[in-house]
Amino acid sequence: MTVLSRRAVLAVPLAVAGASGAAAEDFAAATRAILAGRAPAEGGIFLEIPPLSENGNSVDLSVRVDSPMTAEDHITAIHILAEKNPFPLVATFSLTPRAGRAEVATRIRLATSQTIVAIAETSRGAVHRATREVIVVLGACVETG
Amino acid sequence: MRTVPITARITLPPSAQRGEVVTVRVLVRHPMERAVDAPGLTPVPRKILHTLRVTYAGEEVFRMALSPGIAANPYLEFTTVATETGDLVFAWEEDGGTIYRREARLVVT
Repeated sequence: MTVLSRRAVLAVPLAVAGASGAAAEDFAAATRAILAGRAPAEGGIFLEIPPLSENGNSVDLSVRVDSPMTAEDHITAIHILAEKNPFPLVATFSLTPRAGRAEVATRIRLATSQTIVAIAETSRGAVHRATREVIVVLGACVETG
Repeated sequence: MRTVPITARITLPPSAQRGEVVTVRVLVRHPMERAVDAPGLTPVPRKILHTLRVTYAGEEVFRMALSPGIAANPYLEFTTVATETGDLVFAWEEDGGTIYRREARLVVT
């Protein structure tokens, strides 16, 4: 019994380290999958998120992209990625010209202080990216330490 | 596929002019259970709303893919062009296949 619980305790830091390593890989893979070899432009997209959040359980976030939103030239998708979350691809919004404006807002969970990335895809195949650093005082994940 | 109602607050302007861009705000009550497995916790299976589809007068105008990284009681804000008086139908799909539906009427003058 003692041996078992000791093993369980020893396994915890390993599991946590493994999880964060996997998250970094997932983040890179998710970013690559969205970009699909295209180089993102760093302008024309505005990501708003508080630079400091007391609580990672619910963080307001909004994204606005400059686009005429016509049939020929509109935003087709907006992706939200959180670099150090266990699931780095937080949300994907699919838009059509019927949106009128490329503007979305939601509330997300953040595991820890990290980089938030918003990527927008246009109907012409271009991609725009915005990046913000956020500090999270109390993360949304359960502390195991 | 089961379709059941769900507690949601959908905010729309009382009326809109044809061609006007209206902002739609929707807040739905859901725990977004994300299967946290840590010592001292009873594991709960993952149960989140993973997709939201919005149709306006029968045509899809917006779609969102949600992950466990979306806060409990998911909130969403988006825009749509007012084209005709009709129902905005919100359909959330939960893990396990349950579909929750709510409707809101947009009056176009």
